[in-house]
Amino acid sequence: MSANAFQISSSDNVAVVLDDTEPGVVKVLGAGEGSIVSAREPVRLGHKIALVAIAPGDPVMKYGVRIGHATAPISPGDWVHLHNCASDYDERSNALEVTTGAPTDTPYE
Amino acid sequence: MINTPNPTWQGWLRPDGRKGIRNLVLVIYTVECASFVAHAIARDEPDTHVIGFSGCYDNEYAIRLMLALARHPNVGAVLSVGLGCEYTQPGRIAEVTRASGRPADSFFIQDAGGTSKSIQHGKEILARLREQSERETARVPMTLADLTVGCECGGSDGTSGLAGNPVVGAFFDHLVRQGGTAVFEEIVEMIGLRDVLLSRAADETARQQLADTYDKAEHYCREVRQWSASPGNFAGGLTTIEEKSMGAFAKSGTQPIQGVIKVAQRPDHPGLWLMDSVPDPHFMQFGYTNPNDSEGLMDLISSGAQIVLFVTGRGSVIGSPVAPLIKITGNSQTYQRMSEDMDFDASPVLTGGETMEQSGQRLLQQVIAVAGGEPSKPEALGHREYFIMYKHQETPNLSQGCRA
Repeated sequence: MSANAFQISSSDNVAVVLDDTEPGVVKVLGAGEGSIVSAREPVRLGHKIALVAIAPGDPVMKYGVRIGHATAPISPGDWVHLHNCASDYDERSNALEVTTGAPTDTPYE
Repeated sequence: MINTPNPTWQGWLRPDGRKGIRNLVLVIYTVECASFVAHAIARDEPDTHVIGFSGCYDNEYAIRLMLALARHPNVGAVLSVGLGCEYTQPGRIAEVTRASGRPADSFFIQDAGGTSKSIQHGKEILARLREQSERETARVPMTLADLTVGCECGGSDGTSGLAGNPVVGAFFDHLVRQGGTAVFEEIVEMIGLRDVLLSRAADETARQQLADTYDKAEHYCREVRQWSASPGNFAGGLTTIEEKSMGAFAKSGTQPIQGVIKVAQRPDHPGLWLMDSVPDPHFMQFGYTNPNDSEGLMDLISSGAQIVLFVTGRGSVIGSPVAPLIKITGNSQTYQRMSEDMDFDASPVLTGGETMEQSGQRLLQQVIAVAGGEPSKPEALGHREYFIMYKHQETPNLSQGCRA
């Protein structure tokens, strides 16, 4: 069974995976229905996979709106998250651990 | 569009004409020092909930919030308990509650003579208040037009904006079309969406209110350097506050926004409303907005919402006092892992098992069941978390809605 990802708007360059996804073929549902993307790494349920290449500084688009910008070169099939994408507003989020989201910038002693 | 015959169920008529879906006795403590006794009074008492304010120094926002909950449609009687030293006056809370036509009483623990005597005294008062409330309150039929429903999300993940929140949006659309009232908040989770938000305004007045509220919220977030996203959001696949915001805003559905209400203010006419819970500028920089999910739910309930909805992706086990909480997730893994706590699984819309309209219809049936008396899952488990903090909000302008 191949994994599925949901592209919300036709102008989006990312889609949300609907299952925990291993590298390999992913079927795109929603606005991109009928197309496929090849996952280059594991992507967990609810996380984003790049549908096209995104250059550093370029907008990351979801829901048809800009949700932030790329901070590193992104290839189709890459997991898009804190390690290669940043908010235009929130400066702290890139100090969070990429898998758990736990803060790394608060001293505990 | 959801099509369903207009259902009715039995509620309780309050003196101001509003109708409740529960007939609760509310115990309100006025300082942390009185919280143990307040909870002990309510223990093992039927349909008795507890709220309170921890601080000894009083706060206008907290008092407005507690008075709105004391006169909430689901509340039939109030007992307010203080220690005796604090600024917030339990006697004044009882007085305002009595003026609303509800039985209410109050006492100080120092006067009653300590823990055990206060608990016994409180339980005796409670029995009298409950008896009076049950005797004096009429049962009346209710429809969706009598209902105000609030919604917020927490522990959001990548499914929240795809399933959980849009399903609430479909339900809200139906509720509003049936003459009901829908309230959503979390303006700090609409960051980057100023144009989208303003395009939904019902008229020019509402548009200006939405613009002012958005600008205040974005300025506030920059000032305190806090954006409303948690580690769980990031772990669940949300990367930025803008992304989380688009998902959160989906709960508002598609109906026009009538205007903005503040905490403890209720809409002056039915329809879809945004609640502003962000602090207003003040010489004291009071705390954070959205300190936790329970705080937001208390704010929503203060609008008069008889039911509140909570959309989560990661999972949550909270409930709420005064108004039953219905918990919704669009994450199938979360629904299975935490089925004891999750009322509603919105994930079938992601796999094609259900359309958005079908899922909204199913949620409508669940809301009607809870309105008719069936306990929601957190309600049955006894979850009644609450959080009332120090905050400053300007007193709402009376011409822009009724103070609850």
